Amino acid sequence: MDFIQNFPFFSILLSLGSGVLTSIMDKRMARLWNTFILVVITVLSAVLFVYMLGTREPYTFMMGHFPAPWGNEIRAGVLEAGMALFFCLVMLFSLKGGQEHIDAEIEDTKVNLYYIMINLLLSSLLALIYTNDLFTAYVFVEINTISACGLIMITQSGRTIEAATRYMIMASLGSGLLLMGLCILYDITGHLLMSNIKDSIAYVYAQGTYNIPLIASIGMVVVGLAIKSALYPFHTWLPDAYGYSTASSAAILSSLVSKGYIFLLIKIFFRVVGFDIIVDSKIVNILFVFGLCGMIMGSVNAILEDDIRRMIAFSSVAQIGYIYMGLGLGTTIGIVASIFHILSHASTKSLLFIAGVGLTDASGGSKRFDDLTGSGYRNPAAGIAFTIGACSMVGIPLFSGFISKVQFAEAAVQNSLAKMLPTLICLAISTVLNAIYFMKTVIRLYTPVSKKTKKTQAGEAARASVREHPLYNISLVCMIILNVILGCCSQPIVDWITDGLAMFG
Amino acid sequence: MGGNLLANYGEAVAMILFGIGFSNLLLQKNLIKKIIGLNIMDTATYLFLAEKGFIAGRMAPIVVDGVTSVEAYINPVPSGLVLTGIVVSVSVTALMLSLTIRLYRRYHTLDMDEISTMMKKEDQ
Repeated sequence: MDFIQNFPFFSILLSLGSGVLTSIMDKRMARLWNTFILVVITVLSAVLFVYMLGTREPYTFMMGHFPAPWGNEIRAGVLEAGMALFFCLVMLFSLKGGQEHIDAEIEDTKVNLYYIMINLLLSSLLALIYTNDLFTAYVFVEINTISACGLIMITQSGRTIEAATRYMIMASLGSGLLLMGLCILYDITGHLLMSNIKDSIAYVYAQGTYNIPLIASIGMVVVGLAIKSALYPFHTWLPDAYGYSTASSAAILSSLVSKGYIFLLIKIFFRVVGFDIIVDSKIVNILFVFGLCGMIMGSVNAILEDDIRRMIAFSSVAQIGYIYMGLGLGTTIGIVASIFHILSHASTKSLLFIAGVGLTDASGGSKRFDDLTGSGYRNPAAGIAFTIGACSMVGIPLFSGFISKVQFAEAAVQNSLAKMLPTLICLAISTVLNAIYFMKTVIRLYTPVSKKTKKTQAGEAARASVREHPLYNISLVCMIILNVILGCCSQPIVDWITDGLAMFG
Repeated sequence: MGGNLLANYGEAVAMILFGIGFSNLLLQKNLIKKIIGLNIMDTATYLFLAEKGFIAGRMAPIVVDGVTSVEAYINPVPSGLVLTGIVVSVSVTALMLSLTIRLYRRYHTLDMDEISTMMKKEDQ
């Protein structure tokens, strides 16, 4: 066994362990240590990714001394390693971009707690990506939820505490369903490791003896994860949680936390149940319908919104709808489109949240559209970054959002007519709605205001403070580069996702 | 169908309890009642696991009298899962209760709807 194959285990353990260490550090030390650990894990994931691209052989790694089917396992393939690398990068950029706000909005004694939550969140995301054991996945889903709740409520205003409570209620509903589904699945198959469950399910499904419990349990798992990742009718907690928490939290929550659950769901589709059985069970059709509703309703709500952060949050609801619509198409190319959209949305939404906070800073801290008029001139870097993010979300060529829309359309055209028409129509409507609210915002950012107003003076002061923080601009540039790479060199990335999915099976 | 239900009445009870807990967590306005619903829901899952893991006439797999036949013992994994689940649900409950205390100190009510209306008033 090569030494590099230990890296997934090292990454999970490093971030878990550094969470414990951070609790005894002061503010500055915690920040440095957290950055160091994040960079180390990013490098480890990158090395593993390059190694996996070379060998192209997924492997399982035994955790502890007991071999399968008794012991616990993690598994790494091309897709897992790439996802881990991408998640680490997005997390690093979001944290660095929102650094000043973390320092300003969180009490000094609580900053190290924030970094504990970040470490726990990263370790649980990595565990969700790598694990080969369903019950381990459940435990890390809970850790993910609890640390995400901590990220929301760390600023301790009434709004964020209420948002965290709402989030916990919905997340508990989701994890209850997930746990019950997993228990029934365990009772039917007698295994907890994904590959063993898949063999048993194929056998049980062919026999036809336990079809109703099997479908019910799969349904519970799917609905549970859909609730946790804020699919359309379960999105009520989302605008408050993203709109009022500190900027880094909002960026990390929208681009990573919900995506971790979706990635787990895709893993369950391919590695636990088997994609043929999932498609045969018609569960994907339900996801398809709710995905379409989310695409339209999320955008409509975003248009009605008067607050830039909440508008971006509602846009997330629409984008989650896109991802579930891709899953619901029930073809491998649809899943590839969904995974590409996970990447594209993660890179774009974190960029939008971080750029958005720069714009609100340049407008005296107000998030209302009226006050944001002309803020693109007051903070040029944030203005350009927001415009690029908006272009990407609408689907302008060169940026990542265009490629994911093309992928979705291609996947839809290869489907039957019953799914092709609604997909294409909703894709068109949703794109127009996206354009309405994003272009409205961009136009407002670049509408000049008369210089005598008070707000501009506040803006001038804010602009002076922005210039002193090159870290913010650097992370914006990094996120823009990530976005353009996804948009311009999409073919190797799509090939990588397709290969990774083939190795899942 | 009826016979199956009678033989598996424990699992049936677990499912009913799960439904009760789930709807309480979803529909109650009072935060404490929501948390009680959460606990009923989680406990129902443990009842289900315990029912499934137990086989009448068999023992926990601790060898004291030299019997090593597989037939004499039950599978210990479901019990282990119950333990893990309890740990998770305790921590989630603690977190929810602490959030409830924070909200109560700020708004002096446990009603989620009232808290929402108060917050909207604060904004205006």
